[in-house]
Parts: sequence; structure tokens; C-alpha cells
Amino acid sequence: MAVELEVNGRSALVDVAADTPLLYVLRNDLKLNGPKFGCGLGQCGACTVLVDGTPVRACVTPVAAVAGNEITTLEGLGSVESPHRVQVAFLAEQAAQCGYCSNGMILSAAALLERNPSPTDAEIRQALDGYLCRCGTHTRIVKAVHRAAEDET
Amino acid sequence: MSAECAVTRREFIATTGTLLVAVAIPTSGFAQTLPRSLGRNRRLDAWVRIEADGTVTVFSGKVELGQGIRTAIAQVAADELDVSLERLRAPTVDTAGSPDEGRTTGSNSVPDGGTAMRYACAQARELLLRNAAAHLGVDVADLAVDDGTVTASSSGQSVTYWALLGGRRFDAEADATAEPKSPASYRYVGRSEPRLDLAAKFTGQTAYIQDIRLPGMLHARIVRGDRAVSQIESFDDTHIRGLPGVVSVVRDGNFLAVVAEREEQAIAAATALRAATQWRSTPYPAGEDMSALLRKLPTMDEIVSEIPPGDTPVVRELEAAYSRPFIAHASLGPSCSVAEWDGEEMTVWSHSQGVYPLRGAMADVLDLPETQIRVIHADGAGCYGHNGADDVACDAALIARSLPNRPIRLVWSREDEFCHEPYGSAMSLQLAAGLDASNRIVRWRHDVWSCSHSTRPAGGTAGGILAAREKADPLSLPPVTDGRQPTGGADRNAIPLYRFADQRVIEHVVLDPPLRNSALRSLGAHGNVFAIESFIDEIAGDIGEDPIAFRLRHLEDPRGRAVIERVRQMSTVQAAEGASGRPGRGFAFAQYKNLSSYLAVVVDIDVDDNDGRTRVLRAWAAVDVGQVINPDGVRNQIEGGLVQAASWTLKEQVRYTNQRIETRDWATYPILRFSEVPDVEVELIDRPDVPFVGAGEAAQGPMAAAIGNALANAVGVRLRDLPLTPDRVAAALRASG
Ligand code: FES
Ligand code: FES
Repeated sequence: MAVELEVNGRSALVDVAADTPLLYVLRNDLKLNGPKFGCGLGQCGACTVLVDGTPVRACVTPVAAVAGNEITTLEGLGSVESPHRVQVAFLAEQAAQCGYCSNGMILSAAALLERNPSPTDAEIRQALDGYLCRCGTHTRIVKAVHRAAEDET
Repeated sequence: MSAECAVTRREFIATTGTLLVAVAIPTSGFAQTLPRSLGRNRRLDAWVRIEADGTVTVFSGKVELGQGIRTAIAQVAADELDVSLERLRAPTVDTAGSPDEGRTTGSNSVPDGGTAMRYACAQARELLLRNAAAHLGVDVADLAVDDGTVTASSSGQSVTYWALLGGRRFDAEADATAEPKSPASYRYVGRSEPRLDLAAKFTGQTAYIQDIRLPGMLHARIVRGDRAVSQIESFDDTHIRGLPGVVSVVRDGNFLAVVAEREEQAIAAATALRAATQWRSTPYPAGEDMSALLRKLPTMDEIVSEIPPGDTPVVRELEAAYSRPFIAHASLGPSCSVAEWDGEEMTVWSHSQGVYPLRGAMADVLDLPETQIRVIHADGAGCYGHNGADDVACDAALIARSLPNRPIRLVWSREDEFCHEPYGSAMSLQLAAGLDASNRIVRWRHDVWSCSHSTRPAGGTAGGILAAREKADPLSLPPVTDGRQPTGGADRNAIPLYRFADQRVIEHVVLDPPLRNSALRSLGAHGNVFAIESFIDEIAGDIGEDPIAFRLRHLEDPRGRAVIERVRQMSTVQAAEGASGRPGRGFAFAQYKNLSSYLAVVVDIDVDDNDGRTRVLRAWAAVDVGQVINPDGVRNQIEGGLVQAASWTLKEQVRYTNQRIETRDWATYPILRFSEVPDVEVELIDRPDVPFVGAGEAAQGPMAAAIGNALANAVGVRLRDLPLTPDRVAAALRASG
């Protein structure tokens, strides 16, 4: 079936089965690299996108369920030339090793700062608790979120 | 592909014009020993090239695994060549032309690859300066270089590297006679240069193997039985072939895969095929304690260290047994590969740790000459050792060969990754010590039972690859081997760094491993250091001596003593501030491989009285890696190592019954989360005049032991079997009342 999506401020028409996980549409049809396949089970957060500003796991979200919603991926958040303040902060703190988890971390941190502009350490850890990092860069990520919060003008 | 993947074969083999200037290459003074990687790749232009437009490209054979090696090597090259970091290009590793530096493992990338690059670039610079001197009519001593522009201080005249070369290649053999710069004159080395790859990774640019999209590409999934290798008893693919988008069901002996137009179609078809397939396999030897099992299975044994007894009488004897389970690499991104067969050449993109050894193994699996296989590295998720990367690449190649001219992208499922990766081997350890009248250790016994800690494939040993044993004409498993001293495998770090008069260390390597096994970050060092550093603490406790003072009495190595002293100063805050249950502090120390980085760590933990949950609150580590190339990069590796080791130590264990692997997803294999991660503080002792060594694996063993020691201090009972789960801790709490 034809599904119309709003992704990163642009609309896109895709012809896929209604229950196709959003992740594969974003990665394969729209050729976006931000959302990553990590588990396909909703357990790790690597596939996160923002749907109307809320972090959602694209691997377990049927594409038809978000037709008409505003979807933001990592590339929609900011670019190398014009990065979002969370991306700037992640760079400043070098908050990654392999960076495979960074997509989920950055998007959920951006969503957190929207609803809570100056979160405490515990609030950051709580907001990110469902996002896995196997490289163990958690403490850098927490520092980066604090830095992004302070950078807000 | 990223710009870094984009060097084509044509670029590699094109021989533009050729030749730089063989001005007075010295024939004497040939370095006694060439750095290993240079010895294997003698052509200087295999390492560094300068284009007429001023682009400087350095080719390393070491791959980016998230450890920041690309940046570190670029820093070394930029300094040695005297060019700016922005001018440098550092393409990915490709068997079509990159230097063959074997694998990127064992914390050797900086010592091997960095040293080779340093000497190659020093030689290139020397050649360029000789030519510049001739060109400008001055002495080399009169020249200064700034970002590739060479200026004569007497005349003020200058010439660039690229003008001198005019697009030609260095025509010289690497000989390592040019003296690298002195540490004082480095501009990049020693500085926390930001990683070259992270901006792309943080903004969703093309950066990973998963981001490779080729025209006409199809999506594949594999279907395997639980145990390597299971036999297909029956399967029926008639209805599978009719499912939406299915292009092909590939069967080669016991190798089974589906290919579809779309990824979700491949996933659906694989699920259906799995349900329609019956497997047969030998049951696992489960149902008993792994430590006991390892000691019962047939082994090959070796005395790895022996110091004959002295004549000091032993007045006190102690003995203890320790263990660790099989541990999964559990990469956040399941293994992935893209492969294309054009009827003559197989091109494979892989996140393998060694594209050349993989090419050799793949040649055996496909029964093709190596010359018809090209393997190109692309970044993947962190691997922490030998995970499914090589397997998935061979899977993809087998599938691609059945569908010529259709690029195939294969991604393992989360379950494939957990069930089929080669786990870090379980270990069982028995330690015994004898003390003399002055409470000095004068006898030491260490026995370690484990499976091999490396089953990495290469040409001639491809039988370890899953598909190699599944295909219709299977290869057989190569004989069991394990790393030898001085670095060791199961016995890595089994030889204590402390000075004991009478010492015997024996390894027992299991010949028929109960589960599929291979190299996990730090190999046997994790278990051996856990055992040694736990036992030393136990002995100190037994004689009532401060555990750090007790260690220092037995340790002569000044660099070892220095990291211990440093971490002691770092951790002077009140023990276990912020604890709500039973607080505990623990210490441990090791020199990785007894020849690499030194690390001493102190941890504060908090044990919940009710449920036995242990949380690491803080960790302080002092580290000596010799000369530091990139301080922040080293700190990042150590921080990550500490956190990952805490996760292994507190939570991780591959679980299975005799029929199936029970570790299948993140629910059945939990790892440390944000709410459980300690604050970590790392200090480096920089030694600019001491050769650099790797940092990536230094933390694993000491962190495990420090947590165990803290736990013993907190609950008053020693736990000797990893992981230190709430169940075990709660049982210990009950036992201690
Ligand atoms: S890939 Fe979606 S949560 Fe893991
Ligand atoms: S940086 Fe590798 S998983 Fe987080």
C-alpha cells in the first residue's frame, strides 16, 4: 500500500506493506543512515527516531502507524555544517567509541532537553536507561547531555 | 560508501608516471630490525603518497573498530611528515592495495601500525628534504617544513612536497633508517585530537557498513540450527519461494539462507523457513557447573612458567578456586556484510578485524584463488574481539556466488548474533600460595583450565568459519591452538608480575570446547587477573596486612609501583560516599600481557542488603601506556574498558541448556545500563620517551578483581565465581548472617 510520510520536513511516498517496520523504510527506501538496526526487538534504542518530538523505536513501529506524523531522524536533527547543540556537545565530549548507539542517545537526549532544559545527573541516566551502549561510553554521554543543557541560550 | 571507502582498485594499481628521485638513499645503517608491519610491506609508496594537488594519503593496514586508531595513526603520520592533519587522507583498509598488517587485535595496532607508519613517514620526509635541498641548492640542515612547504632559512626560497614529487610515487624500499622526530617537536602526537570519524557518525552521514547501498542490491537472512554445526534433518521451502519478494532460497549442504527484494521480506521469509526446518545436532554438555566441566574434559597442558623452589620454609599455605563463564561480545550492531560476485571476482565489504586473513579464509570456503577475492573494510559497531564479522562475510559471499551480479546485503538477526558468535572462553582457575615466616609469598601455583582464546580464521584454517563446515563439501575444524607466551591466550597474564621465589603456572586447554569460542577483549587476562588479584587480597586479609602494601612488598617494577601510588592518591576521598547499603572499596592492578600497559584501579561499591544487588559507584584508574599519542583517546578506551568489565563481572554469562542457547537477546543477556554505570576517573602517566603500547584491554582484568575485592570487603564473604550476580551475593549475605 502507498504510505505518505513526513520525514525531516519533507514528505515521501512509499509503497510497502502496512506492517513494514518504519526502520526498514527509513533506511532502505529513504536511504537514511541515522536510525540503526540493533535488535529489531525494541530492546536497545539504536533505531530511535523522533515522532512528533517523542523518541520512538522504529524497529517495532509499523510504518502505517506514523503516516501523517512528523518524523525526525538524526540527519534531520542537524548536519555536520549545522549541527544541533546535542550533536555539538557529543563532539566536544567525544562521547562515543564505535558510535553505533549515538543515534539513539543523541535523539533521546534532544527530546529530554525539550521537556526538561536542565536535567540532573539522575534524570539524564533515567531518560537514557533504555538505551544500550556496549562500548561503555555512558559517562561521556551524560557529560555531553549536561554540556548541551548548559549551551542552551 | 564514505569517502574513506572510496579508493577504487584502479586508483590502487594505477602507476602514474612513477618514481621519486632516488637521491642518495643510504645503503649502510640499515635498521637491525624493521618494524614488523614495514618488514611485511617494504614499498614506501604502499604507506604514503602525495598527489600533485597537495593531497597527502597514508595507507594503514589497521582498521577502525571504534577505538580511534584512524585518528591516532593520522596524528603520527602528520607529525612525522610535517603536514597538517587536515591535509591527510586515511582511506580504509582494502586488500586491493593497503599494506597487509594482519589483524587489528591485541592492543597491537598502535605499537605495530603506528610504529610502521612513523618510520615510513620519517623516511618519506627525509627523501623529500634531500630532494628539496638539491632543488634549492642548500644543505638539509638549512631547511624547515611547514605543512608540506619546505623553506631554506638562508635564502627564504621554498618548494612544496607536491611540487617536488609532481605526482610521482616514492620509489624506495622502507628501511627504517630515517630517525623519527624527538617527542618534544611533535605538534599532534600527545594531543587530544578529536576523532576524525565522529562528526559523520553523529549526524547520520554514510559511515558504517550498514550504510552501503549498491544498485540492484538484495537482502539476505540466514537460517541456522542452534549449535555449530547443526544438520538439516528436513526442510520444505515450497511455500517460502512463493512469499512476497522472495528471490531465492539458498541451500548448500547445511547452509541455509533466503534472499528477497526487501529487507523485511527477507526477515519474514527467514522466520517461515526456520519454522519449516528441522535440525539435528549433538546435545551440549550442559546441566553441570562449567568450572567443573572444564576440568574434566580432555586438555592439552603446558607449563608456562616455572621458577624452581628455593630453600625458604613455608609456614602458611592458602588455596582457592575461581572461575568465569562464557561471555558474549554482544556487539550493539549485529554482524553485517555486503558481497557481490561478478562471475570472476568476489567483492566483499566487511567489518572484520583482518581483511587479509579473512580473504585467505574466504578463498578456502569458496574454493577460489585469493586473487579473485577483494575484501574491503567498512566500519561496524564495536566488536571487542572475534565476533561474527568473519562468519557473516563468508555467509554473504556464499549467497552472492549463487546470484551473480546481484549485490547481497546480509545482516544477522539479534538472535543469530547471540547464538552463533564465538564467545569468550570460560575459565576455571586453581591458585595456591605458601608464605614464609615473614609473610612473604615463597611458593605460587596457578592452574588455568579454559578453551582456546583464539580460533580466528585465515587461509588454511578456515574450518572455524560457520559456513565452511555447513557447506556441502565441508572443511574440517582446524586443530586447537592457543596463543603462546610471552603474550599467551588462556594463559595471558597467568604469570604473576610479582616476584615469587618458587612458582609454577600451568595451562590446560580443552580440546573439544563445549561452546563455540574465540578471542574476547583481553583473552585470558580477564580471568587470570581476576584470580591473581583476588587471591593476593585474600592472602593479605588472612595475614592482616593492607592489600596495597602487601602487593608493593612483592613488586619491583617501578612503573607498576608508580600507577599503584598514583591511584592511591586519586582515591583519597572517603570510602563509599553515597552508599545506602553495605559499602565496600576494592583495589587491583596488572600490567596487560606483562609487557603492555600498566593499570591500577580502585572502586567503591554499594551492596543492597535486601536483594544482593551490587552497584559500582565510582572507579579511579591510573594508567601508563608509555608515550601517549592521544590522551583523550586513551582515556576513552580505559573508561569504556572499566564500564564493560564491570558489566561482565556483575552480569554477564552465556546461558544454555543441552538443547539450546538460552542467551538470545538483551532480555536474556542483560548488560550494564546508565542507572548502573559508575562514575569513572582516569589519569595517565605520560612517558614520552617510552614506546607507546595499546590501551584497549588494560582495564578488563583489574576491574573484575577490584569489584570482587570490594565485594569481599563489603559483605565479608569472598565470591570466586563470576558473574557476581545478586543471587550469589544474597546467598553470601545470608551465609555471613
Ligand atoms: S533496533 Fe530497535 S530497539 Fe533495538
Ligand atoms: S559507542 Fe559503541 S555502542 Fe555506544
